[in-house]
Amino acid sequence: MNRITARKVAFNIHALKSARRTLCCSSGVKLPSEDRDQELSDKHGSHTNHPVHDVAIVGGGMVGMALACSLANTPLTKKLSVAIIDSNPALLSGDVIKKEDPPDPRVSTVTPATIALFKDMGAWKYVEEHRHAYFDKMQVWDYTGLGYTKYNARDINKEVLGCVVENKVLHRSLLSGLQNADSEQKIYHFKLNSMTTQPSSSSTPHGSLAKLELSDGHSLYAKLVVGADGSKSRVKELAGITSTGWKYSQNAIICTVQHTQENFCAWQRFLPNGPIALLPIGDNFSNIVWTMSPDESSNRKSMSELEFVEELNRALDSGYGPRPKSQLSGAPPFSWLTNSDRTASSADDLFEAAPKITKLASERMVFPLSLNHANRYASKRVAIIGDAAHTVHPLAGQGVNMGFGDAFSLSKVISQGIAVGSDIGELSLLKRYESERKPANVTMMAILDGFQKAYSIDFGPLNVLRAAAFQGAHYISPLKKNIISYASGEQRFPLFS
Amino acid sequence: MVSKHLLTRIYSMTRPVLQIPQPRNLCSHPKFVHELQTRLFSDAPPPSPAAPASTPPPASNLQSKSSLNETELKKFAAISETWWDAEGPFKPLHLMNPTRLAFIRSTLCRHFGKDPNSTRPFEGLKFVDVGCGGGILSEPLARMGATVTGVDAVEKNIKIAQLHADLDPITSSIDYRCTTAEKMVEEQMKFDAVLALEVIEHVAEPAEFCKSLSALTSCGGATLISTINRSMRAYATAIVIAEYVLRWLPRGTHDWSSFLTPEELVLILERASISVQEMAGFVYNPLTGQWSISDDISVNFIAYATKNTE
Repeated sequence: MNRITARKVAFNIHALKSARRTLCCSSGVKLPSEDRDQELSDKHGSHTNHPVHDVAIVGGGMVGMALACSLANTPLTKKLSVAIIDSNPALLSGDVIKKEDPPDPRVSTVTPATIALFKDMGAWKYVEEHRHAYFDKMQVWDYTGLGYTKYNARDINKEVLGCVVENKVLHRSLLSGLQNADSEQKIYHFKLNSMTTQPSSSSTPHGSLAKLELSDGHSLYAKLVVGADGSKSRVKELAGITSTGWKYSQNAIICTVQHTQENFCAWQRFLPNGPIALLPIGDNFSNIVWTMSPDESSNRKSMSELEFVEELNRALDSGYGPRPKSQLSGAPPFSWLTNSDRTASSADDLFEAAPKITKLASERMVFPLSLNHANRYASKRVAIIGDAAHTVHPLAGQGVNMGFGDAFSLSKVISQGIAVGSDIGELSLLKRYESERKPANVTMMAILDGFQKAYSIDFGPLNVLRAAAFQGAHYISPLKKNIISYASGEQRFPLFS
Repeated sequence: MVSKHLLTRIYSMTRPVLQIPQPRNLCSHPKFVHELQTRLFSDAPPPSPAAPASTPPPASNLQSKSSLNETELKKFAAISETWWDAEGPFKPLHLMNPTRLAFIRSTLCRHFGKDPNSTRPFEGLKFVDVGCGGGILSEPLARMGATVTGVDAVEKNIKIAQLHADLDPITSSIDYRCTTAEKMVEEQMKFDAVLALEVIEHVAEPAEFCKSLSALTSCGGATLISTINRSMRAYATAIVIAEYVLRWLPRGTHDWSSFLTPEELVLILERASISVQEMAGFVYNPLTGQWSISDDISVNFIAYATKNTE
């Protein structure tokens, strides 16, 4: 039925063709529900134009596609009829990502936990064929020069701490994961106009399903609507889900830079107005995420490339304050915090200077920072995932990992619901997704917000405390291991486990 | 799931009773034997005042040969409109539903040799949900592919069930009937699986009821029965906590003395030529608000049984 109506819905033919090409679905497999839908639409002729889907994902970005891909690769959910509603042309373009192109500044740091899930879905292969950069070290320090911390993958018996991948590569890898799965998706290349989740009258055949009206005037029905449409989520708004949050009155500049030697370490330095991070992205390229006041950001966006590169090098080295001294021998300044035989193996690692940036390899993009958290993640027939449910400070690159965590959790809950014959739009089922993800996300948000707050004040005693915390994190190995484990996606609270 | 030893234990307790009317080890408890015998082996109402609910109202007995209890029917008719309110009087059933369905899915997939990874493993099988109430078990079974007949003696329940099922094209195919197991036996209906969950404790004559369930099960078919144990813990949780403390259930929903122990259930099913293959308990975790399957059958339990081929 979906295929039939697809032709009836006024469709951009090119879009449809490429959608078929990228999401080639086996025509041999016909869902039992399709037969039923067919019968139904035959019975009620007026409903032929209203396709019925099991899941309608609004927003085909990384998180929305991760959900579609996970559903398509799980035995119990692969036969679900999934609709993806997104007007973004990137979803339909068959462009090949060339490895020679300089990397896009929009990148994500994926954790080992996320990598494992991508591997399960067969999507990681695509990433490995394209530009990506694993890093096994991370150095965090601040401008006061009082302390630094070096994390090493060895400390937690892992090969890597994470991997930096361009968002477009991650997105395309999920499309490839969908392509290889034996399942059916349908892309609606339109915007969502309105949504009705309350049954208008119980006599209509799809009375209890959610009705979505698209920008082309057509409608479709779904048992479950998933809002994966970002921080300004239309689904969240239409479902009446409120959220709590604040703006940081800070902006982040992101861009790609080039340096002379290859980089395998993630660098982060806390400056008076916010942190600057240098993340490896493969070859001699790195990605910059630099948080600062709005005034500074507009100033730095407009300054010449040469000046900006100079600013970057200053920010990553001796600007604002001295380099911390490497603790070679003898007691470090906060030795009373530590116990020598509990020292983690990388504690001896010396302070290193970040690689010197030689040139800018992309435009400079400016984003305002905010923190936002939805008060609910689900209502009847609606669930929200990713940035629709929570937006965070880009610190430590946790935002997208939280979103992927949501997508996989929701996919698991849907699968559990199918196993016991539940209606997948039932609130009691969706509440299980909420109760699994909300505490995890709130914890991560509190940590990131706490970090942000701790570094937005330049006050003597606090600087010393911060440095002490650095020393503590650097030398108390169980704590350090927990911090790395948590940041790499293992669900354990860093301090009390 | 439930260990074999549990079943062997139950069998070892029930088998001697089946073979010898008055086994030696129970000689010292003549009252227990008497009660068991009157409750399970005779059609006469038990004389013991300890089991008042099992006394069938004479009127219903005259009208039709039904194992139903009139006062129980009235109790359910009064609250039938709240069947689909997940926070209403049937909240415990809604909470327990996924757990009991998980047990049903795994045992019946094994029984009928179906792929547990299939979305609709029960495609082509005929199931009957006896005492379907508002349909909270019938609907998931229909979504799992079964051809479901839902029966309930309370007409209001059937109306509610039908209204709710019509909201979804998949569940609108459920055949809801206001009838009893006995009447269906008279109509000589047969099903691949017969399910009577949380029903037997509301029935006047459990032994007769089980015979009807057996008659409805086709040869090689399966029967699933769940109920509440007649144990002190069940009394404390199902009645004191659920009805009085948490007020999940209206007071008087359950009558403790009409509950069956797992041993008794195995016995009366054996008499109806149904063999219990597996038993599991359901335990509630008040911290997570979730039910889970366990070996502990001291409060809520479910039995999966097969019809003996004659």
